[in-house]
Amino acid sequence: FRILPCCLSFCSVDSVEDEMEIATVRHRPEALELLEAQSKFTKKELQILYRGFKNECPSGIVNEETFKEIYSQFFPQGDSTTYAHFLFNAFDTDHNGSVSFEDFIMGLSILLRGTVQEKLNWAFNLYDINKDGYITKEEMLDIMKAIYDMMGKCTYPVLKEDAPRQHVETFFQKMDKNKDGVVTIDEFIESCQKVSNDKLI
Amino acid sequence: MAAGVAAWLPFARAAAIGWMPVANCPMPLAPTEKNKRQDELIILNVSGRRFQTWRTTLERYPDTLLGSTEKEFFFNEDTKEYFFDRDPEVFRCILNFYRTGKLHYPRYECISAYDEELAFYGILPEIIGDCCYEEYKDRKRENAERLMDDNDSENNQEGSMPSLNLRQTMWRAFENPHTSTLALVFYYVTGFFIAVSVITNVVETVPCGTVPGNKELPCGERYAVAFFCLDTACVMIFTVEYLMRLFAAPSRYRFMRSVMSIIDVVAIMPYYIGLVMTNNEDVSGAFVTLRVFRVFRIFKFSRHSQGLRILGYTLKSCASELGFLLFSLTMAIIIFATVMFYAEKGSSASKFTSIPASFWYTIVTMTTLGYGDMVPKTIAGKIFGSICSLSGVLVIALPVPVIVSNFSRIYHQNQRADKRRAQKKARLARIRVAKTGSSSAYLHSKRNGLLNAALELTGSSDDEQHISKSTSLIESQHHHLLHCLEKTTNHEFIDEQLFEQNCMDNSMQNYPSTRSPSLSSNNGGSTSCCSRRNKKTTHLPNSNVPATRLRSMQELSTIHIQCSEQPSLTTSRSSLNMKSDDGLRPNCKTSHLTTAIITIPTPPALTPEGESSPHPTTNISTTCSNIVKVSAL
Repeated sequence: FRILPCCLSFCSVDSVEDEMEIATVRHRPEALELLEAQSKFTKKELQILYRGFKNECPSGIVNEETFKEIYSQFFPQGDSTTYAHFLFNAFDTDHNGSVSFEDFIMGLSILLRGTVQEKLNWAFNLYDINKDGYITKEEMLDIMKAIYDMMGKCTYPVLKEDAPRQHVETFFQKMDKNKDGVVTIDEFIESCQKVSNDKLI
Repeated sequence: MAAGVAAWLPFARAAAIGWMPVANCPMPLAPTEKNKRQDELIILNVSGRRFQTWRTTLERYPDTLLGSTEKEFFFNEDTKEYFFDRDPEVFRCILNFYRTGKLHYPRYECISAYDEELAFYGILPEIIGDCCYEEYKDRKRENAERLMDDNDSENNQEGSMPSLNLRQTMWRAFENPHTSTLALVFYYVTGFFIAVSVITNVVETVPCGTVPGNKELPCGERYAVAFFCLDTACVMIFTVEYLMRLFAAPSRYRFMRSVMSIIDVVAIMPYYIGLVMTNNEDVSGAFVTLRVFRVFRIFKFSRHSQGLRILGYTLKSCASELGFLLFSLTMAIIIFATVMFYAEKGSSASKFTSIPASFWYTIVTMTTLGYGDMVPKTIAGKIFGSICSLSGVLVIALPVPVIVSNFSRIYHQNQRADKRRAQKKARLARIRVAKTGSSSAYLHSKRNGLLNAALELTGSSDDEQHISKSTSLIESQHHHLLHCLEKTTNHEFIDEQLFEQNCMDNSMQNYPSTRSPSLSSNNGGSTSCCSRRNKKTTHLPNSNVPATRLRSMQELSTIHIQCSEQPSLTTSRSSLNMKSDDGLRPNCKTSHLTTAIITIPTPPALTPEGESSPHPTTNISTTCSNIVKVSAL
């Protein structure tokens, strides 16, 4: 994809009289046919997705701030910024700090139309915060805390301080078969497939 | 929920896949789409107005939306049109750009709306033609100033930022006295001392009373000691203030270069210099001159007065106009002084002794002061004198409106800033209300949904089921998403009042909480927010009748025993009933057996005591070991 940096000049902080030209980066996605071939969506679905995407981000890319804002509208009661941060890193496959429409479509294609294996792969990628191929207990704890943060304060029953930790204890023991302190992708997929509760989507 | 964000809902729902591996309970079923997904298109062009142009026209600029393949995303198969849900007025200008190569900026259009449209269509604003570029830049600058004001006031009024160290707190207190009472006190004290100092300087020179010796003394010399003490006190306060500001400033170098700090220094230096040099008589002349600088203390008031700051800012921003005024005045003065000198050279006893001496006459005449200490006597001198006064009026009148309009613009902007702050508060309140609205919508539908489920189970009539069917698909999907989150964490969303009530109930140790139909799937630990212990687990099935009954019925249909929770009565009963059910999932196995173990020996009446154990985790660990034994049995 082509990224067009427009006038890249800096804005002066001291006085407003200086010309404030902000660097803008515009991004145009690949052609519709190409995306249709690469993902599992039809043309119509891609059209609808792109329109929504472009409406929120006219410049064609989502940066983390916008992402967090959008996500927080779905979870009004809690604080979804941490989970949105992890999600953003999972979508931003080339780690350049922004999610383009291609990244978005690739991620969605896996999540909505992928096989169970692919979905679990994606979930593993989400949990593995530093992308080193192993999920440690700390990483899982971070994710869990982020999920619990989304619940907010007004829950029933009242959220205890160590609820995430207990949650993690249980699941980590279950997943870590060889008790080496980390969960690899195979252990992850194996333990999740046993549960087979893919009823979400 | 905003309509635009609704388009992101499939993404948010998909992202919930991250919760599944660690969910304690099975996810609820997704709502089915009753009707096929409709295109939300209305078959029109740019919001109804059809524009027609050749394809090659658009392809002239291939790096924009319309000129590239990006527009295929907006193609509508049925009507073979490209539909854009944007403003048709602005689109007219944009299409003209493709046709003529020149982008114009319509004056009636709002600058930010225009910018947004340009961003959408991928066009750089720099392409705007010369005819409209000035206007565009001016409006953009105004908008930027307005936004900067907004940001400044926003930063100043942000709620308490917890992790400010002493330096930052002090700096905030100095810059904005309304942040704390201490800052306000400091503000008023310094203001008072500035006033005292200025008044002292003024009164010092007033002659007050005679002293034996027939000399009129100014008060400064008569009460020298008192004035000296006052001066010392003021200077000490100013010094302390300056040093504190210097300490608290985020960038000391920038602070020392700023105008206010220079004024501060200039205000207090004369005193110290005077202290050092009191004994030298020959430099006392210079010392007296230095006292003049004490009057600069009055400029310290500009920190206290918004209007003064505006005036200063105006003068700074009109520097070029002021410079022009000065330059043209100088030119005119020199011309007319020369002319008057040579015209009056002939007359005797003329006051116009030299050209520089004529400067005084020219200035006084051009500014229409006319003191009359120098008047021309020759006819030529009088003619040129009148031309001088007429042109003076013109030269001075020209740049003044520019300065005045600048001042007025900045002043009004400041007035508007206050209005904007109030509007922003209202806007934030509206956003908050919308947020609580959406969350309460979810809670409301949940209650309705549960009611419907109960009705279904008890086989009552179908008409009540239609109560909650009025929510749109998007709403039901959003609620489903929130429901999944609840299931993942095993906690429920409730509204504020229930939450407060819960806390209060739990804090009373005397009687068990009526909410402890925490027998449902959805509860986490049984300990309360106020560190109570397990009284909550005693369940009274008669409380909250519909919810309780529904929850227990839900239990019967699904398995959901949380590992860490204290087992409660109904759970144990139902789980005992269902022990033979092999739909158990691995992650619930442990707790299931835990329940069985604990509740078998204890009779129901003694359950509260039986369940009181110090810590949930130790409970689990002890029972974990027991599990092995039991299953072995």
